[in-house]
Amino acid sequence: MGGLPAGKVEKTEHDYAPWEKRVDALNVLLARRGHLRVDQMRRNIEALPPDAYETMSYYERWMSAIADSLLQRGLITAEELGRRMEEVAKREGAGS
Amino acid sequence: MSAPSGDAAPARFRPGDRVVVRRAYPPGHVRTPWYIRGHEGVIAQALGAFPNPEELAYARSGLPAQPLYRVRFQQRAVWPGYAGRPQDTLDIEIYQHWLEPAPVAAR
Repeated sequence: MGGLPAGKVEKTEHDYAPWEKRVDALNVLLARRGHLRVDQMRRNIEALPPDAYETMSYYERWMSAIADSLLQRGLITAEELGRRMEEVAKREGAGS
Repeated sequence: MSAPSGDAAPARFRPGDRVVVRRAYPPGHVRTPWYIRGHEGVIAQALGAFPNPEELAYARSGLPAQPLYRVRFQQRAVWPGYAGRPQDTLDIEIYQHWLEPAPVAAR
């Protein structure tokens, strides 16, 4: 968080998980269609409570900010998103 | 860089002008650093006009575009007890609506 000690910067490269690449792709496509601006993403990432900000990974923050942006723009509803998340959880749970 | 147009606010400042950052603390998505508000600096460069990020953050147009400037501050004036070299400077990109002309008496 801004202005607070954060320890050393880890300058290592790592492979991205498929879901992380999908979040990135989603962001690019939504921006290209005019549904997302970097400023709204920043606003939503900066609005995360400190404990959430600290515990979420980089792309988890992105995913959260994309969802918030789409909710704010009225492109999706919380109910829609919640139901899809339930579906996915059920599917993933059953598959493992 | 965008040329001045009907969708851009007219530029009020030129390189070399002395300015003061507004001492305002509104809620919302503000990019002007907290620590620089109320400080005096000099316009180093005019960067063109861009849609206002404070508005873009809420999915609005951000128009008219706001002129953006690179403003130069003296480090020792910004940080109490600054331990670096006395001539050190700090450049920050600040939108025009956060800037006012510096009072003449301040020179």
